[in-house]
Amino acid sequence: MKSILALLVFGCVLVNAPLLSQEKITVKGSDTMVILAQRWAEKYMAAHPDVTIQVTGGGSGTGISALINGTTDLCNSSRPMKPSERDKLKQRFGSRGVEIATAQDGLSAYVNQGNPLTELSLQQVKDIYTGKISSWKALGGPDAPIILYGRENNSGTYVYFRDNVLMGEDYSASMQSMPGTAAVVNAVSKDKNGIGYGGAAYGAGIREVKIKKDAGSVAYAPTVENIKSGNYPVTRFLYIYVKNKPSGKIKEYIDWILGDEGQSVVSQVGYFPIR
Amino acid sequence: MVADPQQVLPGTPLPHSTAQVGHSFTSASRSADIRPDPLTVGEMKRMRGADLKKRFRWDEFLSEIIITVVAFVSLAAIVGIFVFVFREAMPIFLVPSIDATVAAPPEAQETYGNEQIGDAARRVSGSDRSRTAEGSGSEGESTLANFLGTTWAPVSMDPRYGIIPLVVGSIKVTLLAVCIAGPVAILAALFTSSFAPRWSKEILKPAIEILAGFPSVVIGFFALVVLATLLQDLFGYKFRLNAFLGGVAMSLAVIPIIFTVAEDALAAVPKFMTEASLALGATKWQTALFVKLPAATPGVFAALLLGFGRAFGETMIVLMATGNAAMLSFNMLEPVRTMSATIGAEMAEVVFGDTHYNVLFMLGAILFLFTFVLNAVAEVFIRQRLLKRFRGG
Repeated sequence: MKSILALLVFGCVLVNAPLLSQEKITVKGSDTMVILAQRWAEKYMAAHPDVTIQVTGGGSGTGISALINGTTDLCNSSRPMKPSERDKLKQRFGSRGVEIATAQDGLSAYVNQGNPLTELSLQQVKDIYTGKISSWKALGGPDAPIILYGRENNSGTYVYFRDNVLMGEDYSASMQSMPGTAAVVNAVSKDKNGIGYGGAAYGAGIREVKIKKDAGSVAYAPTVENIKSGNYPVTRFLYIYVKNKPSGKIKEYIDWILGDEGQSVVSQVGYFPIR
Repeated sequence: MVADPQQVLPGTPLPHSTAQVGHSFTSASRSADIRPDPLTVGEMKRMRGADLKKRFRWDEFLSEIIITVVAFVSLAAIVGIFVFVFREAMPIFLVPSIDATVAAPPEAQETYGNEQIGDAARRVSGSDRSRTAEGSGSEGESTLANFLGTTWAPVSMDPRYGIIPLVVGSIKVTLLAVCIAGPVAILAALFTSSFAPRWSKEILKPAIEILAGFPSVVIGFFALVVLATLLQDLFGYKFRLNAFLGGVAMSLAVIPIIFTVAEDALAAVPKFMTEASLALGATKWQTALFVKLPAATPGVFAALLLGFGRAFGETMIVLMATGNAAMLSFNMLEPVRTMSATIGAEMAEVVFGDTHYNVLFMLGAILFLFTFVLNAVAEVFIRQRLLKRFRGG
């Protein structure tokens, strides 16, 4: 009996030994970046078998909290960290964190494919999402109510959209909170009066609306050229945050992400490289 | 001379003289003494030695200890969870007011890899259109006033933790679920216990109990992908994801619970009642509805309460199917945000010790208290009264 137990324990250790000697990197955070993060991890692990990278989503807010709570090495975020979050990080670890911009993303607004709308101004998007415009009729569409879809409040996309498009105002109380970008896309694709927002990489099955800065300018679609040139008004950076200046295996990983290989993965997934 | 009862009985030997009668009376009454002096336990023990005392057995002693410890561990776990949840929720009542977060003087953010980005980064991140600095402290209202407000906006320039829309949302969905599931399950239980032939009863009961085995996330997913579009096409209402859809999906999860308990209650109705009713000329339907169902009312009521409790705490179904919009309204066709879905969606993003964290624990405490009070009231007060009424107490 005792010998069987000893054998079992030894067997477990043997199986886990290669894993124990490996360097493990935990990555948590943005759902917008989760597919990108997984592709990075897979490609990197294939080339460097001595490193294991664990990737989870949960939203930018979740990732930043995990960084502050000390449960992750790298945190993906689709919005910059707030001063209050940096203060908390400083309280616990003595440093305000290091911000690394890794990709560019255009936030797009999309409507159902059956919706005749093609372009919107930033002010109109703001009025729609704060509830001031509540019918498609005011935008030249059919006489139907606008059904708002958005993200949960732990999402970086939610915060970024609120700060940069709604100018800090709160969303309308009737905006339905979906758990991820794909869920927003799914909801809008099934609801002919729906409108949603999200990262450009997830826009399949619905139609992205061209955005213009104000009523008199040209409306731009969220394409590679428009985002890189800065014409598309709602562009943001996708960040990775670490507690201290990267060193060792983490530095190698981040350098790889910022290098040619990592940036080519960014283009493949549908975001836009930073260079 | 007193009449001697022994002399009256047939077969008793007749005394030869009066003196003998007196003598035999005394000795006879003595030997026929019906009540001997009671022996004390001590006397009995002394008489029979140590055989009366329970013999100490190791296996019995150990099993008693183990069972006692396990029972106390479960009790301790319940009390422990109770204490922990309330302890984490307490700090909000000790904070005098909730201030909007104050803007800190912006220190330069340390970056890495910026040299490679060039102009683009500086252009976008230095954009003057964004307003990421938090609003400077607006007058902090009292904590209680904040909680009894009607807006739930915890991640905002001016955080508001009004829980009223969440409570109303939970109650709406739960009531809908029980109103749909209750009649369906009780009628199914009635059918299974009174009308179904034996072969079909043996198929029906397990089949409905299999429905209980469905993971609620699967039901929620099914509601989101299939039911939502179906119901919107059928009824043509405005919001695709709403409280009605949540209620319908939840009823799928609640039906097996109500069915099982109600069916047991109906089967436990004494046979003489049904037989008496049928003998008096009532039809099967009249017997089932007017004799069996009233007799089983305490059990059916308990079933409904169990279903209510289950529906109140359900998270995944409402998270996926109700749209999670914190709107305060009594319209069943509008999206709702329940307390359980709020905790489920937001717990991961809060920093431990934050006000938001404490508020979420308070929601958990409210959920717990609600179901606890409901079950206690039902169990102690209503069920006992109903039991007394129907069993003729």
